[in-house]
Amino acid sequence: MRTDELIDALAADAGPAPGGVPARRLALTTLVGGLIALALVLLGLHARDDLAEAMATRFFWMKAAYTAVLGVAGFWACERLARPGASGRKAFWLAGGVLALYFALALFRLMEASPEARMPMIMGKSVMHCLGSIVMLGAPMLAVALVAMRDLAPTRPALAGFAAGLFSGAVCATVYGLHCGENAMIFVSAWYTLGVLLVGLLGALIGRWALRW
Amino acid sequence: MTDIETEMKALMLRGLAGDAPAYRQCLALLGVRLRAYFTRRMSGAPGDVEDLVQETLLAVHLKRATWDPSQPFTAWAHAVARYKLIDHWRRGRIRQTLPLDDHAEFLAAEAHDPGVGIELDRALASLPDRQRILVSDVKLAGLSLAEAGARAGISEGAAKVALHRALKSLAERMRRADR
Repeated sequence: MRTDELIDALAADAGPAPGGVPARRLALTTLVGGLIALALVLLGLHARDDLAEAMATRFFWMKAAYTAVLGVAGFWACERLARPGASGRKAFWLAGGVLALYFALALFRLMEASPEARMPMIMGKSVMHCLGSIVMLGAPMLAVALVAMRDLAPTRPALAGFAAGLFSGAVCATVYGLHCGENAMIFVSAWYTLGVLLVGLLGALIGRWALRW
Repeated sequence: MTDIETEMKALMLRGLAGDAPAYRQCLALLGVRLRAYFTRRMSGAPGDVEDLVQETLLAVHLKRATWDPSQPFTAWAHAVARYKLIDHWRRGRIRQTLPLDDHAEFLAAEAHDPGVGIELDRALASLPDRQRILVSDVKLAGLSLAEAGARAGISEGAAKVALHRALKSLAERMRRADR
């Protein structure tokens, strides 16, 4: 076929692109992925018994805010990396900044505690359960996010996959907070972060070959 | 240099608003630049060049929602072209690097005759009959989407959806072709 014939065919399909802009696709991903995680937490894991009391504490909301801001950074990184020629650098700086800030606060709290209380604060009671749950909850949303990203136009597949994983892992870690009964900032700073980064790594590995168009 | 940016951006914006002639003109200007850009980077194989021009034009069309109209259009199109070239080399297991700073050169392109691609015909032949006939009808200049739809016995809206699907699977088939 001649190229000008192809152009005629494309011109017949002129007009706004169906499906909307990247931000809309990613907002839809948040909704679908977040609801799947919420259903899994409420029906599978069950909310923590002391949820009402916990919600009255500042720690509960600081934990939620931490993972939620990571999620916002992930969303932003995806929105940028879905566009050819754009870079997600600022979004990753936001993620790194909030990660460092929360870690500094957690470390300060840890140092306030007596030396023998520190190890139990770090290890909590549910490290493996926490890591496993965040990865399991994040996986369905990661699948939705990767499909959305593939329909957009990421030109750096592994990095875009990592952004999709960061985004999914952080949103689902926020939802997981409804179930998790851990009460130390250092626990969240260490293990929630690791769980989110594992989903990011999974996204990078899958994105490397799945985000081609 | 920036004149062509101003011109193509204006045409693209009109195209996004549904102005088919402006959109055609924008893609034609882009096609010339893509041909020059790929020719300089792919030694020999002029057939490959035209296949890649066509694959990139399809991608530009299908991915146009990822262009932010507050940003330069040619920079976005260049990034798509660059990605398509790297992807082409990857599929052919050729390892090359591309500098990011050749945007000015991407804008400056001499005119060539519109070429002929082979892969697109192969991809087109593998489409379901209905989609193939629709694409063939609209690619002949003059036949509008409404007329092509009438020939296929469907409404203009349905023809638009069918054409979009056909273009999407064409892009997918072309990409898989030289794997």
